Amino acid sequence: MVLPPPAPDRGGAAQPLLETRGLVKHFPIRGGLFGRQMGEVRAVDGVSLTVRKGETLGIVGESGCGKSTTARLLMRLLDPGAGEMIFDGDAVGRDDLGGGISLKDYRRQVQMVFQDSYASLNPRLPIEDTIAFAPEVHGVPAAEARERARELLAAVGLAPAQFARRYPHELSGGQRQRVNIARALALRPRLVILDEPVSALDKSVEAQVLNLLVDLKESFGLTYVFISHDLNVVQYISDRVLVMYLGQVVEEGPVDEIYARPGHPYTRALLASRPSMDPSQRRTEPPLTGDPPNPVNPPSGCRFRTRCPHAEAVCAEIPPVAATLSPGHTAACHMALPGSGHSQAGGIAA
Amino acid sequence: MSAALKPTPEAPLIRLRDLHVKFESRDRTVHAVNGVDLDLAAGEVLCILGESGSGKSVTLRALMKLLPKTAKVTGEIKVGGRDVQAMNESQLADFRGGDVAMIFQEPMTALDPVFTIGRQIAETVQRHEGASRSAADARALELLELVQIPSAKRRLSAYPHELSGGLRQRAMIAVALACRPKLLLADEPTTALDATVQIQVLLLLRSLQEQLGMGVVFVTHDLGVAGEIADRVAVMYAGKVVEEGPVGALMAGPLHPYAKGLLGATVHAGMRGKRLTTIPGAPPMLDKVPTGCAFAPRCAEVIEGCHTGVPALRQIVPGRQARCILVAPGEG
Ligand SMILES: Nc1ncnc2c1ncn2[C@@H]1O[C@H](COP(=O)(O)OP(=O)(O)OP(=O)(O)O)[C@@H](O)[C@H]1O
Ligand SMILES: Nc1ncnc2c1ncn2[C@@H]1O[C@H](COP(=O)(O)OP(=O)(O)OP(=O)(O)O)[C@@H](O)[C@H]1O
Ligand code: SF4
Ligand code: SF4
Ligand SMILES: [Mg+2]
Ligand SMILES: [Mg+2]
Repeated sequence: MVLPPPAPDRGGAAQPLLETRGLVKHFPIRGGLFGRQMGEVRAVDGVSLTVRKGETLGIVGESGCGKSTTARLLMRLLDPGAGEMIFDGDAVGRDDLGGGISLKDYRRQVQMVFQDSYASLNPRLPIEDTIAFAPEVHGVPAAEARERARELLAAVGLAPAQFARRYPHELSGGQRQRVNIARALALRPRLVILDEPVSALDKSVEAQVLNLLVDLKESFGLTYVFISHDLNVVQYISDRVLVMYLGQVVEEGPVDEIYARPGHPYTRALLASRPSMDPSQRRTEPPLTGDPPNPVNPPSGCRFRTRCPHAEAVCAEIPPVAATLSPGHTAACHMALPGSGHSQAGGIAA
Repeated sequence: MSAALKPTPEAPLIRLRDLHVKFESRDRTVHAVNGVDLDLAAGEVLCILGESGSGKSVTLRALMKLLPKTAKVTGEIKVGGRDVQAMNESQLADFRGGDVAMIFQEPMTALDPVFTIGRQIAETVQRHEGASRSAADARALELLELVQIPSAKRRLSAYPHELSGGLRQRAMIAVALACRPKLLLADEPTTALDATVQIQVLLLLRSLQEQLGMGVVFVTHDLGVAGEIADRVAVMYAGKVVEEGPVGALMAGPLHPYAKGLLGATVHAGMRGKRLTTIPGAPPMLDKVPTGCAFAPRCAEVIEGCHTGVPALRQIVPGRQARCILVAPGEG
């Protein structure tokens, strides 16, 4: 066994592994003759979240709601426009202040797996070299890094003798995703951010990779942030779930609470939009009409109001804040906030 | 209505027999479709369900003679009793977009970016039905309303890029329905859409299919989508249909080991904490025609006889067929 242990736990079990407060990322839109800024895409607009040690936090939402941007902020592949991140009690990137953690140390402890298994591998390198690359960069001797790579290949179910010298194009999509997972584990991270890791895979292969992720979490003592637009997959793998809409968190809570008693009208519609899997139970009315609005010009007040069947005047005026529905379960809707001015305020638990 | 397509009980809307499609290039041969038989009755919705590379799109394109020149196509392809393979270019031009229309996953492949939505629909109506400009324009408005595009009148003058994903998909459906086709071929038209928009488009397609009495072949890799829209399902694996039957029966109790594995591996509610059943390995490369059961390398029930010949697609109970030597007629 040449794999080193992960970095030690600092803050203790009760200290969340990662917390963010008010993360913001706006992308400028340039256009016109001189490439002047015409506006901005409010991709992530004040996201606060908590990832507890050893859990899987699922993030769901429709295309463009800001899931990948959130992932890239968590990975610090993007700099947030505002907001802060605390990793195991240390402010990320604020080591200058004393007590913080440097970006370099942070990036060793947090790794990411992307949806597109092909684009994220170097086509000209045998896969064991790809996996050994990051440890070598971090000063692990070449022979040891290679041995580590072979151990990881075995851990993700690819027999090293058969696969180590293969190139990415000699692998199936599911096998390539296993390589990406092995690579993410090479530096022994504590947190792995999985952005749609099974979305490009066929169902029969998806189940293999999900089982693998469950096993690795156990054997490597990992914490996951698992991003997907597939509500069934998120329900399967997550302990807690965060629902995003147009760059913001609309609901957060334990997985069973969210799926059994969704509090936000958007979450309810999203869950009701899943195909029934029972042809005798077909419906005739869709839960929602229309498409999600453009994040360049999000609606005022509650961003869901243009599609919400319960929208009232207050919803256009005041952005709802998160209200607690049960311990650890919050929803940002005026109906959940007593005294908000919505006629059904307090009546959300229907 | 076009006179050419009048399916009778003897001549179903689609009759496909022993379809083979092979792609040959200098360095690669792909046996994409290896003997597919399918029938579609008028007004029926058939889903072709299968994993990536199983030959769904190639089968669908063969029905419209839309495959590239590198494709070697053999077998009987009849649509509305007419031999599609024998059609010349001008016959095909009438056939496509008239009697038979097709919709795709990516609407921009079917829409022309330089013309407004209204013009594209009207153009199709004028070309196929010889309608006057004003009659065609009126029909365009009617169609946008039919596919439930809000503010339809205003949207007539919109260009495709000015519409959201869901509206673009609806616009493509409107173009496809312009000449009241009897047969609609749909290649994963909702796969790229968000959950809340996908269900809208599925329900729309189903209600249009019922209203217009169209036959539909709908390609998908998503069992749940098939459950929402299909009358019958054909499960494809490695270029062959391995199971076929009514959607309810198939989803409640698949017969073929691959179909069973697929159903078991599809994550759905209530599986939390349980280990998912999987199908080991991956589908075959298709550089050679399989000489035995193509699923044998991954099948948990494989026996000696599975390798010695290609299992036949047999009727197991009336209306249900499976291609497996262990699934015997009378079971099910
Ligand atoms: N580099 C960028 N420049 C400009 N806009 C961007 C950039 N990256 C993302 N966006 C925009 O930000 C919004 C959020 O994008 P993001 O990729 O985070 O969404 P997502 O939830 O991951 O969607 P999907 O489910 O499609 O992956 C979108 O409107 C997107 O077009
Ligand atoms: N023009 C082509 N030239 C060469 N090979 C092709 C061509 N079109 C398709 N193929 C091959 O034929 C096989 C079947 O392809 P097809 O597009 O029908 O799969 P599919 O079932 O629709 O899969 P997906 O779910 O990925 O769309 C694949 O191996 C594919 O690579
Ligand atoms: S705040 Fe208003 S518009 Fe927003 S989800 Fe609640 S009821 Fe609907
Ligand atoms: S024929 Fe044999 S290998 Fe093929 S599906 Fe049936 S049991 Fe499995
Ligand atoms: Mg994304
Ligand atoms: Mg296809």
